[in-house]
Amino acid sequence: MKSSPYSRDGMKTPTVMRWVLAALLPGYLTQIYFFGWGYGVSMLLLLLTAVLVEAGVLAIRKRPVLETLKDSSALVTAALLAIALPPFLPWWMYVMAGSVAVLFGKQLYGGLGFNPFNPAMIAYALLLVSYPVAMSTSWALPLGLAEPADILTASRIIFLGDPLVQLDALSGATPLDTYKSLAGVELSDGIWQKPIFGEHVALGWEWVAMAFGVGGGLLLLKRIITWHIPVCVILGLSVMAMLFGWDPDRSVPIHLHWLGGSLIVGAFFIATDPVSAPTTTLGKCWFGIGIGVLVYVIRAWGNYPDAVAFAVLLMNFTAPLLDQITQPKTFGHQKPNRTLIKVQVK
Amino acid sequence: MTQRHIELHQFPGGICPPTQKALSTSRPIAYPPLAKQLILPIQQHTGMPGRVLVKVGEQVKKGQMLVDAQLPMSVAVHASTSGIITAIDEHWVPHPSGMKDMCIFLEPDGLDESVEYQGYENYLETNPTKLLECIRASGISGLGGAGFPTDIKLKASKIETLIINGAECEPYISADDMLMRERSEDILQGILILLKLTKADVCLVGIEDDKPQAIFAMKQALEKDKDDDTHRVNIVEVPTRYPSGGEKQLIKILTGKEVPSGKLPASIGVLCQNVGTAYAVHQAVALGRPLVSRITTLAGGALSTPMNLEVPLGTPIGHLLEYTGLHQEQLEQLIIGGPLMGFPVKTTSIPITKISNCILATKQGELSTPEQARPCIRCGYCTDVCPAQLLPQQLYWFSTAQEWQKAESHNLFDCIECGACAYVCPSEIPLVQYYRFAKGEIRQDRAATEKSDRARERFEFRNQRIEREKVARAARRQARANTDTKVLSEKPHAKPMDKQPLRSAGAIGDVESESIQSLLVDEAALEAINKKIRMMEDRVGKARERYEMALSDGLDTASALKRALDKQETKLTTLLSERERMMSHSDPAEGKET
Repeated sequence: MKSSPYSRDGMKTPTVMRWVLAALLPGYLTQIYFFGWGYGVSMLLLLLTAVLVEAGVLAIRKRPVLETLKDSSALVTAALLAIALPPFLPWWMYVMAGSVAVLFGKQLYGGLGFNPFNPAMIAYALLLVSYPVAMSTSWALPLGLAEPADILTASRIIFLGDPLVQLDALSGATPLDTYKSLAGVELSDGIWQKPIFGEHVALGWEWVAMAFGVGGGLLLLKRIITWHIPVCVILGLSVMAMLFGWDPDRSVPIHLHWLGGSLIVGAFFIATDPVSAPTTTLGKCWFGIGIGVLVYVIRAWGNYPDAVAFAVLLMNFTAPLLDQITQPKTFGHQKPNRTLIKVQVK
Repeated sequence: MTQRHIELHQFPGGICPPTQKALSTSRPIAYPPLAKQLILPIQQHTGMPGRVLVKVGEQVKKGQMLVDAQLPMSVAVHASTSGIITAIDEHWVPHPSGMKDMCIFLEPDGLDESVEYQGYENYLETNPTKLLECIRASGISGLGGAGFPTDIKLKASKIETLIINGAECEPYISADDMLMRERSEDILQGILILLKLTKADVCLVGIEDDKPQAIFAMKQALEKDKDDDTHRVNIVEVPTRYPSGGEKQLIKILTGKEVPSGKLPASIGVLCQNVGTAYAVHQAVALGRPLVSRITTLAGGALSTPMNLEVPLGTPIGHLLEYTGLHQEQLEQLIIGGPLMGFPVKTTSIPITKISNCILATKQGELSTPEQARPCIRCGYCTDVCPAQLLPQQLYWFSTAQEWQKAESHNLFDCIECGACAYVCPSEIPLVQYYRFAKGEIRQDRAATEKSDRARERFEFRNQRIEREKVARAARRQARANTDTKVLSEKPHAKPMDKQPLRSAGAIGDVESESIQSLLVDEAALEAINKKIRMMEDRVGKARERYEMALSDGLDTASALKRALDKQETKLTTLLSERERMMSHSDPAEGKET
């Protein structure tokens, strides 16, 4: 006999996941518009891999395959990877990323809800440390600098590594990377003259970031996420950038940090993965600030052009501790219980 | 009259489920015909059951006391109509665990003939002690749900604020709403009596703003009755947000104060009573009518005419379902209480009791029945809605992992089981079920620890006693030896000498042999009385067994056995208190010893 309550609210886990997918659409379509169909092909590869691997593992673990697949969490992981990874990687890297994310990132821990780390970022970090060259040079040039690749061209690059395609004409480094490598060498005014920055901040990238921001707004509106993590991520990075990066001649300026990389999609879609983030309000704030600070630290003083993956993974480590020490004050109590659990020795 | 402005506060969390109340509020309160049989549980409240005063076969009148309230936490039960007691036996009672309990079966004679009711005409001038006695004799326990004996609650001292709970926040339930609409003047009189008894400075009647008619009716009653006391009563509209009707939540809304964890509202000068209770108090005090009926909502899509009924206590719910036109083929779930905190009905012969505010008969698809629970994704929606500001998802993890210590340190026992967390859980995890389980396990653990602690104490006490006896024997021997020497030598300085060996034994300090002697007597007497108590306990147990057997078989010897049982129990109590006295006597001696 079931006990109360007998009534439930509408939004279910699969619905939540599908809303996340829907909220990714504006940003994703903008990506395709500016950077071509490399993103389309990678998305297909990743979705397919993730679903197949998930189904396979579930079958081996003797769990209901179709029922579990319906929660769409594998699709979200795959979609986040497709959006985060460069669009012109060889096909097997996508397959590898999708498999690692689902298998090592999630299922080996026990499936959805049990993974301590963001599965997509596990796979991203693996590729980043294993294939640093591919990961920094396979970015597509935005519309205006190059003709965005159509499906055929993109497929030939991804599947065949086709030498007939002039890859150099299509791909290059990201604006963040470009600015960072030139800062200190050239003056800020000179750097901004580079075509990759376009008229505003970063040609194409800025619109993609803003479109993801719109998607993030949708998640906030649907109350799927709360504002704490995204705002704190941006806040943490901004404070660091203002403290240490105020000189545009020597370091990347703050608005390029915002719009030139994966900060916005990271703040709204990756850092907010509830499974690997803290659940208390205060914990979410610290988690967000930590990610923001780490993103800046890695971008400014590290060797990696973008840093969201590492920052998120590092902060994932702290989530259980943050949950423990940021407990809210229970109703009727004088003060919150924020000490570590004392284990009584009998 | 001007209404004082009451500043409202907000309790944390909460949810806004569809209220579903219009269905049952479109008709006035109706009176169903008498059922063929009434089943009155001996205990319908929180506390202990009273003594049954009637025998099987006895003819009773409406309002006649069937169960007394002699024991401290017991509440009287009265006959809801006139008729014959046909049995006193176990029957299913409305309880979440679906348990059976002792019930009095009453077969109505259809005359509904009542005893003569005698109320206090000038009840506001009557001695409070008399009023409390009257409330106790009328069998009133909280009608809101917890069923705490009302007179005991009213004895709390230093009450500044009396809160009358008319929030009724749970979906479907509209019993208090209809009561306020139709009987607001009586409720107000009840409130004035409660005000007099609690000596509170101010009374706040909290009503959710989705009940404009009830609010209007209450305000009208207040307008009509202008005297010194009514200006202390304030009708306060509170926002509709579940669980605003929770005692702690309503207190927070109306006063901004939080009832400290594990304490009663009285500890912060607040006393909370349900509007139904206020009404029952008025009926008892002003008219002399004991609590023999209550308003119960019959709601849900499987009923053709959902409505509120004034139900004689003990009426089986099946009778009411029949009266309100239950479509058996559409029925999906039958719930006592509301959809968020209610519990399933085991059988339709379960009776209405003093705390039954709603019977919910839902049709297929009316309430979303959860599918298989999916894994927790730690989304934290439960945290956002928890009115106790707990971390429900953490408590869930601790409960599944059976980490009771962690669950307790995360304040599991502050959970009020309102169900808001499970209501919003996107993974449809029956969270409250886990908390109930965890609480039960922890309580059991505690009881077990207590038991083993007691056993250990007993063991240590025994060891001490043996040690003491050994020393005492040695002392006695020594004393004898000394007297012998004394007799032999007759030297006065022998006395200080005789203490030496005792000191060297190192166990007893300056204890004189007299006190050792008295200690020994105490020990022996204690042992003897313990033996007596054990014997008496056995006897009481056997007597109870015999009595209950007779009761369930409906034998006429039951009352005689009951008298025997009572006698034994009195003896036992005397013995216990005697032991108590002896222990307190022997304590100082023990203190000296250590």
